[in-house]
Amino acid sequence: MDENKVIICRCEDVTLKEIRDAIRKGFTTVEEIKRVTRSGMGPCQGKTCGLLIAKEISQMTGKPMEEIELQSIRPPYGGITFEEVTKGTVMENDK
Amino acid sequence: MKNKANVVIIGGGVVGCSIAYNLAKKGVKDVVLLEKSYLSSGATGRCGAGVRQQWGTKQNCLLASESMHIFEHFEDVLQIKRDIELKQKGYLLLAYSDKELEQFKKNIEVQHSLNIPSILLTPKEAKEIVPDLNIEKLVGAAYCAKDGHANPFQVTLGYAEAAQRLGVEINKFTEVKDIITKNDTVLGVQTNKGFIECKKVVVAAGGWTQNIVKMAGLDLPIYSERHEILVTESVKNVLDPMLMSFSYNIYCQQEPNGSFIMGYGPENEPPSYNMESSWEFLETMSKKATWLLPPLKNIRVIRQWAGLYNISPDRQPIVSQINQLEGLYVACGFSGHGFMLAPAVGILMADIVTGDQLTYNVILDLERFNRGEIIEEPSVV
Repeated sequence: MDENKVIICRCEDVTLKEIRDAIRKGFTTVEEIKRVTRSGMGPCQGKTCGLLIAKEISQMTGKPMEEIELQSIRPPYGGITFEEVTKGTVMENDK
Repeated sequence: MKNKANVVIIGGGVVGCSIAYNLAKKGVKDVVLLEKSYLSSGATGRCGAGVRQQWGTKQNCLLASESMHIFEHFEDVLQIKRDIELKQKGYLLLAYSDKELEQFKKNIEVQHSLNIPSILLTPKEAKEIVPDLNIEKLVGAAYCAKDGHANPFQVTLGYAEAAQRLGVEINKFTEVKDIITKNDTVLGVQTNKGFIECKKVVVAAGGWTQNIVKMAGLDLPIYSERHEILVTESVKNVLDPMLMSFSYNIYCQQEPNGSFIMGYGPENEPPSYNMESSWEFLETMSKKATWLLPPLKNIRVIRQWAGLYNISPDRQPIVSQINQLEGLYVACGFSGHGFMLAPAVGILMADIVTGDQLTYNVILDLERFNRGEIIEEPSVV
């Protein structure tokens, strides 16, 4: 497997190599890796990459998965346009 | 972790890391930095990432322009390889009354005395720089093309890396539990990982500085206040400068990656350590932003968060020794602009701690409030 070709964060195009390099440099929390690589800062807000990164941290540091904190979940839960906020537009699922 | 140090710095934000680097650069050995979480986890990593030189007081202008010079030559000055994403596409300050424009004119005079290249613009000229700008009610603007954006995480990590290269020990996830003193003199710092004996302690803990200093039994004239902020999805570049208005109360810029980042100063926000996000902020921010830049309406907000402003009585930093306790120093009260001043503040604090003559002619000591020498900074969001 070429870790340069494996994309872990699809929103910000962060590769497995970049994640592993960050862990090797001592950034062993999901929050730090987010700030160093931008993983989890895109539209999906880490819903895809968060667990994958936690798994890498666990494998490389030997820390059990259940002890690795995922990144903070911040509002809004899904992307929302400024117009939807100001106009109170009905969200698709509520129609 | 070392159990003995010359200087212990409490706080791993951009200010603490800049102080650590500058102390080591001056040749101070055995400097230890303590951070209760990860580096830049407090206000540094939560800020709007703006760097500007357009201030109202001479000393803020001086510290900001000296800091900008360091941002411009960051890799050379620190001798590291790190892209801090400096984007010098300007700050455009919007005036909505003649009185506000008059203040800008006064500020520009002060700025020009320090060779800061700021200019006054008509609404039409402002619109040439930002074609999407709604210029309704706009009276004029101030603009400095050399202001802009830098990445707070990268700047902090750059200082940390350079400090470590010079021998500084950085301990992340290490919490200070007590400052031990005897006969009004610092003896050491108790952490959750052990005791460090030291004669000098610098507290640069952002919104928590007053709590740390309280451990030594002292009170500071500062308080912390929640300020909220949000970021959008990344879109093509349409906004060059940071837009800012003190009266309309907003700041908004597009970062190099294409995201818009924006916030405003809360009204009637009580002093607190609250960092929760609110629906009210999202709603008010959306109204403000889409009035100022109408094409924003179709862009998605993807994340909002909050951080703490640490506010001083004159909205200027406190970079000072504490006279009541030998060996205790504070860098706090940045009132929302610590990131952009951190390079110069690090140099200043290193001068104070080593007892050298100050590199900058500024009065930021704690005693200024007792002397009544307060000149309030007029240009804060």
